[in-house]
Amino acid sequence: MDFISILSIFVLACFVGYYVVWSVTPALHTPLMSVTNAISSVIVVGALIASASAAVPGSKWLGLIAVALASVNIFGGFAVTQRMLSMYKKKERKDG
Amino acid sequence: MAEAVHSQPAWVLLAYLAAGVCFILALRGLSSPESSRRGNITGMIGMTIAVVTTLATHSLATLPEIIVAMVIGGGVGLIIARKIQMTAMPQLVAAFHSLVGMAAVLVGAAAYLNPEAFGIAVRVTPIASPSFVSIYPVSRIEMGLGVAIGAITFSGSVIAFLKLNGNMSGKPILLPLRHLINLGTLAAILLLIAYFTQDQSPWVFFTVMGLSFAIGFLLIIPIGGADMPVVISMLNSYSGWAAAAMGFTLHNSAMIITGALVGSSGAILSYIMCRAMNRSFISVVAGGFGAVSSGGDSAAIDRAYKRGSAEDAAFLMSQADQVIIVPGYGMAVSQAQHALKEMADKLKAEGVRVKYAIHPVAGRMPGHMNVLLAEANVPYDEVFELDDINSEFAQTDVAFVIGANDVTNPAAKSDKSSPIYGMPVLDVEKARTVLFVKRSMGGVGYAGVDNELFYRDNTMMLLSDAKKMVEEIVKNLG
Repeated sequence: MDFISILSIFVLACFVGYYVVWSVTPALHTPLMSVTNAISSVIVVGALIASASAAVPGSKWLGLIAVALASVNIFGGFAVTQRMLSMYKKKERKDG
Repeated sequence: MAEAVHSQPAWVLLAYLAAGVCFILALRGLSSPESSRRGNITGMIGMTIAVVTTLATHSLATLPEIIVAMVIGGGVGLIIARKIQMTAMPQLVAAFHSLVGMAAVLVGAAAYLNPEAFGIAVRVTPIASPSFVSIYPVSRIEMGLGVAIGAITFSGSVIAFLKLNGNMSGKPILLPLRHLINLGTLAAILLLIAYFTQDQSPWVFFTVMGLSFAIGFLLIIPIGGADMPVVISMLNSYSGWAAAAMGFTLHNSAMIITGALVGSSGAILSYIMCRAMNRSFISVVAGGFGAVSSGGDSAAIDRAYKRGSAEDAAFLMSQADQVIIVPGYGMAVSQAQHALKEMADKLKAEGVRVKYAIHPVAGRMPGHMNVLLAEANVPYDEVFELDDINSEFAQTDVAFVIGANDVTNPAAKSDKSSPIYGMPVLDVEKARTVLFVKRSMGGVGYAGVDNELFYRDNTMMLLSDAKKMVEEIVKNLG
């Protein structure tokens, strides 16, 4: 992929993000933060590439540490989001 | 032997694209609580696709070590996610942000040390000198920016964590000449990244990293506890831009899409928080708000106010047609949400309509109050946002303010000299009676201003710890 195609993906994704995030209900802003936290750990992809190459040991070890840190975030972020979302319930019966 | 990232097979590119789409759908799901759980699972699927694709396309020699790293990290993450108190969510989110920032820095450093593995360099063999690896100039900028933003996210989030967790005072720490120091450091970082394209020596790279760690620290220390909802959203945004910058380096669409999503998400949340405080983003980032908060205390204590007991409160509310509960950070601090739900249930049993009104900046992070009420099993259709409920206070018998202060201050509407003038507030004073739960008359809200509401004829102060007071009221409701 050349720089311009990548830039295009980026700019379009910013617009998608803008519209998607405005449609998030304010009641779910905390889960929004924890889930964006989890997904931004997709940076683990870079960490995995670094860890997979044993050519430079320093680079491999930095990669492995990054894999561990990102994993805390991925597992912790999705799990805590799921825990929060499972608490949002509707009224059981209509009173009124 | 390194694989060139720039010439990946089509299925790999499509897999990363699919992961990116899953992440978009994960956020889209949050438009309503019903669809949100499915959305979260879609997000997990996206992450699995991204990880498996990466592992499948790279050498598997180090796989055992990678798995060990993932199990350790994942285990720690799962334990934290299970154990964490809901009131501690702001700290947790700040801590998670710092990890994303650190991961970005480490990936950037790994890419700098081993650029061939990332396919961002060519081996140059000049005549009569040893060959060396030259990183593409564009990649150097992307890498430099990624590391800089990652480092700012890391050190900024660490400070935010310490402030939110109470390890560090929430009071702003103001250094002399801080604006000059901060702008100078930022300029130095940008200049060095530009210079990095000409000279890829380690000192340039590591100076950028070091200065960025420093600026993240310097940027957050002058910001007071009250502005934390903005700070935490801002750091959320930064962690996204860091991921996007690394995505540019790696030419990875999943990272770029995610980075853009998270970056805009944090930016929008910061905007919403700033608007809810009627402050400009610049003034929040410049910091110092709430620095002079101890001045007005003594004057405040002298004015006459009505003090009520739990018994009075229980009586007033049980006689009401409608009660609106206005929770704030104080409710979180004293963990009063469960007692509050019990009180609401008792009132409902007596035929009182109970609603909750949430100000966007109530608490220490966006949506903080909603999560706490959800934890206490309050149905989310009883919880309303500022704009949706504000007109109802005039037809309400009792407004029950618990742990909120500035977001109810009528001075924001009338007093032009007030530091919070212009901030949208909940019109609680329009209710027939305002019950205001507060620890003591001495303290002032985060903005350091006295609340005129305390001295109104229709206000009754309930001076006690929030949880104890609510429990007392519950007892009196029988």
